[in-house]
Amino acid sequence: MGFRGRPWGVLCCDAFSFFPFTSESDDLTDSEESVFSGLEDSGSDSSRDGQESDVEEKLKGSLLSKKAQVSQGRPREEEYEEDSSDEEDIRNTVGNIPMEWYQDYPHVGYDLDGKKIFKPIRTKDELDKFLDKMESPDYWRTVQDKQTGTDVRLTDEQVELVHRLQKGQFGDLRLNPYEPAVDFFSSEVMIHPVTNRPADKRSFIPSLIEKEKVRACPGADLTELGPLGQGDSRARAGAGQSWQDGNPSWEPKLAWEQQEAAERKLNFLPQQYRCLRAVPAYARFIHERFERCLDLYLCPRQRKMRVNVDPEDLIPNLPKPRDLQPFPTTQALVYRGHTGLVRCLSVSPSGQWLVSGSDDGTVRFWEVSSARCMKTIPVEGVVKSVAWNPNPTICLVAVAVEQSVLLVNPGLGDKLLAGATDQLLDSYVQPEEERQQPVTWAVATGVEHSCGVRLMIQHGKPVKQVTWHAKGDYLASVLLDNSNTQVLIHQASKRWSQSPFRRSKGQVQSVLFHPLRPFFFVATQRYVRVYNLLKQELSKKLLTNCKWVSSMAIHPAGDNLICGSYDSKLAWFDMDLSVKPYRVLRHHKKALRAVAFHRHYPLFASASDDGSVIVCHGTVYNDLLQNPLIVPVKVLKGHVPTRDLGVLDVLFHPSQPWLFSSGADATIRLFT
Amino acid sequence: MGGLEKKKYERGSATNYITRNKARKKLQLSLADFRRLCILKGIYPHEPKHKKKVNKGSTAARTFYLLKDIKFLLHEPIVNKFREYKVFVRKLRKAYGKSEWNTVERLKDNKPGYKLDHIIKERYPTFIDALRDLDDALSMCFLFSTFPRTGKCHVQTIQLCRRLTVEFLNYVIASRSLRKVFLSIKGIYYQAEVLGQPITWIAPYAFAHDHPTDVDYRVMATFTEFYTTLLGFVNFRLYQSLNLHYPPKIEGQAEAQLKPEEGEAYAMDSESYMEKLSALSSSLARVVASSQEDEVQVDEFPVDGESAEQEEVRKTEQEALETQKKLFEGLRFFLNREVPREPLAFIIRCFGGEVSWDKSVCIGATYDVTDLTITHQIVDRPSLAKQVIGRYYLQPQWVFDSVNAKMCLPVADYFPGMLLPPHLSPFVSEKDGDYIPPEKLKLLALQRGENPGEESEEEEEEDGNDDDEEDDEGSEGEDSEKEDEGKLRKLEEQRSQGKKLPVKVSAGTVRLEDKQRIAQEEKNEEKRLAIMMMKKREKYLYQKIMFGKKRKVREATKLTEKRKAHDAAMKSEKKKTKKARRA
Repeated sequence: MGFRGRPWGVLCCDAFSFFPFTSESDDLTDSEESVFSGLEDSGSDSSRDGQESDVEEKLKGSLLSKKAQVSQGRPREEEYEEDSSDEEDIRNTVGNIPMEWYQDYPHVGYDLDGKKIFKPIRTKDELDKFLDKMESPDYWRTVQDKQTGTDVRLTDEQVELVHRLQKGQFGDLRLNPYEPAVDFFSSEVMIHPVTNRPADKRSFIPSLIEKEKVRACPGADLTELGPLGQGDSRARAGAGQSWQDGNPSWEPKLAWEQQEAAERKLNFLPQQYRCLRAVPAYARFIHERFERCLDLYLCPRQRKMRVNVDPEDLIPNLPKPRDLQPFPTTQALVYRGHTGLVRCLSVSPSGQWLVSGSDDGTVRFWEVSSARCMKTIPVEGVVKSVAWNPNPTICLVAVAVEQSVLLVNPGLGDKLLAGATDQLLDSYVQPEEERQQPVTWAVATGVEHSCGVRLMIQHGKPVKQVTWHAKGDYLASVLLDNSNTQVLIHQASKRWSQSPFRRSKGQVQSVLFHPLRPFFFVATQRYVRVYNLLKQELSKKLLTNCKWVSSMAIHPAGDNLICGSYDSKLAWFDMDLSVKPYRVLRHHKKALRAVAFHRHYPLFASASDDGSVIVCHGTVYNDLLQNPLIVPVKVLKGHVPTRDLGVLDVLFHPSQPWLFSSGADATIRLFT
Repeated sequence: MGGLEKKKYERGSATNYITRNKARKKLQLSLADFRRLCILKGIYPHEPKHKKKVNKGSTAARTFYLLKDIKFLLHEPIVNKFREYKVFVRKLRKAYGKSEWNTVERLKDNKPGYKLDHIIKERYPTFIDALRDLDDALSMCFLFSTFPRTGKCHVQTIQLCRRLTVEFLNYVIASRSLRKVFLSIKGIYYQAEVLGQPITWIAPYAFAHDHPTDVDYRVMATFTEFYTTLLGFVNFRLYQSLNLHYPPKIEGQAEAQLKPEEGEAYAMDSESYMEKLSALSSSLARVVASSQEDEVQVDEFPVDGESAEQEEVRKTEQEALETQKKLFEGLRFFLNREVPREPLAFIIRCFGGEVSWDKSVCIGATYDVTDLTITHQIVDRPSLAKQVIGRYYLQPQWVFDSVNAKMCLPVADYFPGMLLPPHLSPFVSEKDGDYIPPEKLKLLALQRGENPGEESEEEEEEDGNDDDEEDDEGSEGEDSEKEDEGKLRKLEEQRSQGKKLPVKVSAGTVRLEDKQRIAQEEKNEEKRLAIMMMKKREKYLYQKIMFGKKRKVREATKLTEKRKAHDAAMKSEKKKTKKARRA
């Protein structure tokens, strides 16, 4: 476009706006239609203008219409002679008013004597006009001056100008729009500034960052005294410094001078003099006395209590871990075999077998005492959770894989027990009428059956967690979902599932059955809700004070609950006491992944992404007056954190003070 | 619920404080007068604990005084004097304006003045209180006494300061109570123990002052006004306690003798007397002549709850103090003219030495350079043309170091032109774990009666005599270093063995379990676990304390390392110069 040259663009449009626009047509109120034959109409002109960049449109919002007017306007000969629009009035006496006001009158304004100035007599009728059009060779270049009402014949230059403008070129012939650009803001530094703006205040203030950098230089580490340096005297009159101190080779002067007066350790520079004769007067002596005077009478004083504590006294007096034995102390066995990170663990009620689920798509059964992998069940997908049926008369393991929960009979140990379990499952009789269920129960056949899978509970959504009720008949599963059906409770013997909640209360992180009473714990991101299953109501809502709960475990007596969270906190709830945590432990450096209680011993453990398992002693007293005693007893380290994941699950042996932990390094470890 | 509505800021801390402006209005004083009053009465602003509460909800920066303090000021008679003075100035100006010279004369004759005696009595109910607050007073008076007698402040003030400080110095000499001296960059620090109270002051080096422009001398003058009054009382009381005449009289000389023997008068009598006094060379006359027999041997009773050991320690300290008091007894010093006379004369006299100087330096010289009984001559020039046998020529630092060490130090290090040993501050007392410079260790050993320094010196001398030996020594050092390294390696090996897990079964090696180490580790772990269980606030405090401790250790090690590097550099340089000399 022609208006690329910025300063000129503005100038041009201003110049053109001076022109009055007139129309050749008789009807003066008529729209501004081009009267020039063979020329484009204004519509196309403005549309071409529309192609200008947005910025220019914004800058010269009024430019478009003006240009459109210009296209019809009659340029005057010496356009630049007139500098202001006021001088237009020379041509008529009425000023810059809409000329249609005089449309019905024969005159246009009045002269100095008060006489009417008449319009030129226009007696031309249509025929005359037609003849004019046919005969007059200048008809096409004749326009009517609206303000005076006369016909004006455009000169050749004016016609040329109109042509140029219609093509979107500059009106001025001499103007070169493509002059070489002057690079005002280039990288070259000129002797004269481009702007006359005074320098910033910040350019007078020494840069703190630069100062820090200088101070970090190796030569500038000189805030210390020389080796012979002595501290100040404790006297009130001030500090003393040996004049023999310091060694000139250290040159602490630079660093000292660079420091702020307030942050200097000494308010003078230690210096060495060869003899007493060479010691000069101290220039700031009067200053310092004066400052002391000011301190004495101007400085507001406040009595400050100094903490004079022995740090050893601050350490709480806890019972010694040695007295709280037994607890796991050393790593005894490592169970190797998985190739992916081991997400979940479960141990059989007898304590002889261990089951683990991993990201490599297998469920492995191990003998606890020998670390032997007894059985491997391949499943399709990541194993999110495994749970061994807590009932010792049933040998059944629930495995959460993708969208289904598999009930597996591993067939380990007592053959009779395994047989009895199979019989129990087979003795299921289909009820007469089919009930509506949120899941489908399927019986495994073929290869799967031979692997040990007996039943498959197929959910519509991926299953996150599965857990058994203490009696071993009911099991609960958590789905990865936001609806009210994200928690389901299944009854294995009747192959019957139900959704206990009518409404969703947030994303459920984990669920838990109370070991003794009919309570059901549901942990959402920030709260743990306790439901009474008999009355079917919410009985308690525990506030965890955590950002995101990851796991929870309940004390075997059922009155205390611990919650691990991703913000590396462990909250201990005494549910008789309050709905707020009795104690929050911040022992781990990173997110907690799992927490566990021991079934018999007063122990609990927490596993974290920092690769450590912390075993704590947590005694719960029978009398309600005494608060639980929580003492950390051991930090177990063994797992190697891989990909920012450390220990993923932790579990206690049902009878021994042993601890299993599974980690992201594809191992399971036993600590005894 | 009933009762009146409680209004904010009408009770509690808001009513205990008053802003400066309000206080000023209450006292009807100008700001300058208010400040002067505060200085004289020792009233200072207080920082309230909850500034916003006191400031009635505003957070603007204001100075607060205790309302009690201001109420106390209301009854001060000096406030009235200030007002009277204001009226006086107004009247005087008026009289000048009207050119009523008689009135001017009359007004000037009746110029109102004030005394600070009652304030001293009020601020320091007991004498000990006054002594405890003497540090600033002395430092200020010593500074003012060095001011030139032009401009900055009244000549009378300067003269008064000079007189009071000289009196105080004379008292310290008479009572022999000086304990510590220290030549610092800022000036000379002195510490005296008067009636059991340590009094520390600083005196500037005797140079002309470069008077700063950003110091308000009026404030300092107000302080000095108060301090001189205080010091006057204290001096009087101190002189009384020693049975000395006050104003001080020089012992054994009649007025007539005081006059210089040269024919023409040296100065006015009073002035020359003052100068004699300030020469510090002669002792003062006592009201009752004291003798050694007069001093009653004080029976000592064991303090309750003091064990025999503590008593022993106290006794030895007492003895050390007595010996320190007589440190320079029997020694005769002569100060060369380039040596700062006053501090040295003061110190030497404080410890029982006799001192003199060239007659042309100052009045009060008692003997000449040529005196054969002179034992020490203090010199501060690189070399001396003519030396007299039978006396030590020493640099002034020897006097200071000897006083601080409480013993006459070996003179060898302090001969003229020698590189002086470092002047250590006596005000620093190192605690356990702090960095102690080796010079200090040497000094402590000397004080204990051992003599480690000389041995090393002898060794060095031997070094100088015999190059072979030196080389031997060097190799020996290397050998010993090697041995050390070997030991270290062994230790390391032992340690690493202890740590290694027995991965493979190999016969024959019995792993020695270091029971102590295991116990230690267990203990450490226990501590770690206990720290885990600390409450958040306590943990924060604990970590802060531990950080401070660690920083201290770090600083100490840094200093030791620096010293080591410095020593090594010095040694290598020494060797180089020696070789160069030999070549």
